[in-house]
Amino acid sequence: MAWRTKPLSPYPGIGAAVLVAAFILGTLVAVGWQADGSKGFAASDWVALRFTLKQATFSALISVFLAIPVARALARRRFWGRRILIALLGAPFILPVIVAIFGLLQVFGRSGWISDILGVFGLPPIRIYGLHGVVLAHVFFNLPLATRLILQGWQEIPAERFRLAAQLGLSGRVMFRQIEWPMLQRVAPGVLAVIFAICLTSFAVALTLGGGPRATTVELAIYQAFTYDFDLGRAALLSAIQLGLTVTAAVIALKLSNQAGFGAGMDKPVQRWDSVSPIRDFFWICLATGFLLLPLSSVVFSGLVGLFELPSLVFRAAGVSILVAGASTCILLVLALPMAAAIGAGTKGLVEIAGILGLAASPLVLGTGLFILVRPYVNPSDLALLVTALVNAVMALPFALRILTPAARDVIVSHGRLAQSLNMSGRVFFVRIMLARMRPQIGFAAGLAAALSMGDLGVISLFADAQTATLPLQIYRLMGAYKMDAAAGAALLLLCLSMGAFWLLDRGGRRHAEV
Amino acid sequence: MLKFDNCLIENGAFQLKADFQIMPLSSVAIIGPSGSGKSTLLEALAGFRSLSRGALLWKDRDLTSLHPGKRPIAMLFQDGNLFPHLTVFQNVALGMQANKRLTNEEVSQVEMALVRVGLADMGLRKPAELSGGQRSRVALARVLVQRRELLLLDEPFAALGPALKAEMLDLVADLAKETDTTVLMVSHDPNDARRIASQTVLVAEGVAHQPQATAELLDNPPAVLRDYLGGA
Repeated sequence: MAWRTKPLSPYPGIGAAVLVAAFILGTLVAVGWQADGSKGFAASDWVALRFTLKQATFSALISVFLAIPVARALARRRFWGRRILIALLGAPFILPVIVAIFGLLQVFGRSGWISDILGVFGLPPIRIYGLHGVVLAHVFFNLPLATRLILQGWQEIPAERFRLAAQLGLSGRVMFRQIEWPMLQRVAPGVLAVIFAICLTSFAVALTLGGGPRATTVELAIYQAFTYDFDLGRAALLSAIQLGLTVTAAVIALKLSNQAGFGAGMDKPVQRWDSVSPIRDFFWICLATGFLLLPLSSVVFSGLVGLFELPSLVFRAAGVSILVAGASTCILLVLALPMAAAIGAGTKGLVEIAGILGLAASPLVLGTGLFILVRPYVNPSDLALLVTALVNAVMALPFALRILTPAARDVIVSHGRLAQSLNMSGRVFFVRIMLARMRPQIGFAAGLAAALSMGDLGVISLFADAQTATLPLQIYRLMGAYKMDAAAGAALLLLCLSMGAFWLLDRGGRRHAEV
Repeated sequence: MLKFDNCLIENGAFQLKADFQIMPLSSVAIIGPSGSGKSTLLEALAGFRSLSRGALLWKDRDLTSLHPGKRPIAMLFQDGNLFPHLTVFQNVALGMQANKRLTNEEVSQVEMALVRVGLADMGLRKPAELSGGQRSRVALARVLVQRRELLLLDEPFAALGPALKAEMLDLVADLAKETDTTVLMVSHDPNDARRIASQTVLVAEGVAHQPQATAELLDNPPAVLRDYLGGA
């Protein structure tokens, strides 16, 4: 009697979920199969594991501690540009990692702006490589995320509480203890866990700013086992370790974060009646804005010069990246839309689990597994681009489902019965009603997927030979060869492509969409 | 004859019994206190709710296990009767044929239906560009091309003002007469029932009662209905 409540069949979604699960679990089995435990853990593996945990802990703690005053300032101040600033806090999510690193190097690097200023006073330049650099970059990416999540906690405090506190004449300190501290106790652990989990799997940051025996993450060690030693057994063993780490962290993060949203309804400042001096809030807002904007604007400034003398290699790589991002976005939508429809129609379980499996596996682990799987049959570098597109799509899937599923549920609730009474087939309902009604969300999800894939520097580095490169990989190679002008131009180009892809798709979805 | 044969409809702890018949071509109002199960009764008839017991028969044909779209029923809901992203013409066309392109013959039938409800030149508009009354007319045009023998109204005009609502009910009555359609309509307003329904089914205390003549029922209401109607 399933048809009584459902205007469309859940089977396409279940099919997509099975494909995703088979893809992820298949590669993990391949990793486990190949893992060579005979030599046990090398000393360097322990060092990598310790460094991974250490940098993730530091990154999470610093991001959250800095985010608290910034979020508080944003929550209680109204000023021109507040909304833009909050929107800007969402940007690092789709910012290509290599671009941000390039910008951070321009500002904080050995010959960067801050070192120059220090030099004026006769101080030595900053050393950015190693633990500091990795943590700095992770804070750059995650401070905005932490700020958004904590800001949301502030916004969710009912306005009546502040009104009551004002009426009772509570001092700022008492108010903090009674109202704001309990909120932080509830929200902060989840935010810490989410950022910790994100930092565990970060690869490109460790690749560019870490390195050396003392600043190698597990993810980076996998890459090195591949590229330096070509020791698949060791790469697989490291992948198994990494998998254990990410699964544990993801489970903890999901438990603690309790579906913390991605920032709806944050335009309204919290109205308060206690008079706190605005100087402190002003300081924190300026600090956060500067920290975000300086590296980005340095990419723009230094890139403008290089943009006009880019080597043709860069343009070829840009073309490749556009192709990969396009393919990845299509794969994502083909998987995510039927899955969202199935979940929206009430099929939970398998489909939902397949949807979040991507959070547990890291790109390099998936890459290692795929490498092992395809190597007996084809030259893995022939598949570099296809594999990159696929892995990117699977990685974007949890985010896409989070965006698409509520919309799909809405469409089914508000139009399902009418469609059924018109004897509309499930396929027609999916195409003519659901896809049409979900255009804004589809555009948003596609924009995220395209931008993430465009900027991804992960699995491609395992598979690509010297002739193949996506734009992020090409930038990495240019930086490695100290061709900084070309790298700057290419970084600006990548920034434009990523943001442009997001903007186009997101706008395209919202244009002429009837509410 | 539409027959609720010893039906039991369950929704959690809520139970509704229905065991009565409705003559073809009649217009029947369904009234009762809110929460008594008026909409539940229509949902079961339309196929959005399954029966725990009993059977639904239309002209001796068993509808009980038919898909909502396969029943000889068109239904207008409280809201969401139009797809907001489709034009007026497209919305009406879905009643003609939801899954395929229309033939020329079908296109002209859709156009005729629009003319009949007074929306001859509105085919290319979107629902958002129409008034509430015009939107109701679009939904009725779709009912026309659906050519189903039964029309169920679950208070689709509740959001309209009194004059407009009366106009729509009159249009429903006219269309039903022209197309030999049997109408069942949920209402919380006894005036709606008096306006177009000669018979009324009272739904109260878990039972949908035998239809009675509307005027008689409303003039001499039983206790439950009296409480609901108030002093009127």
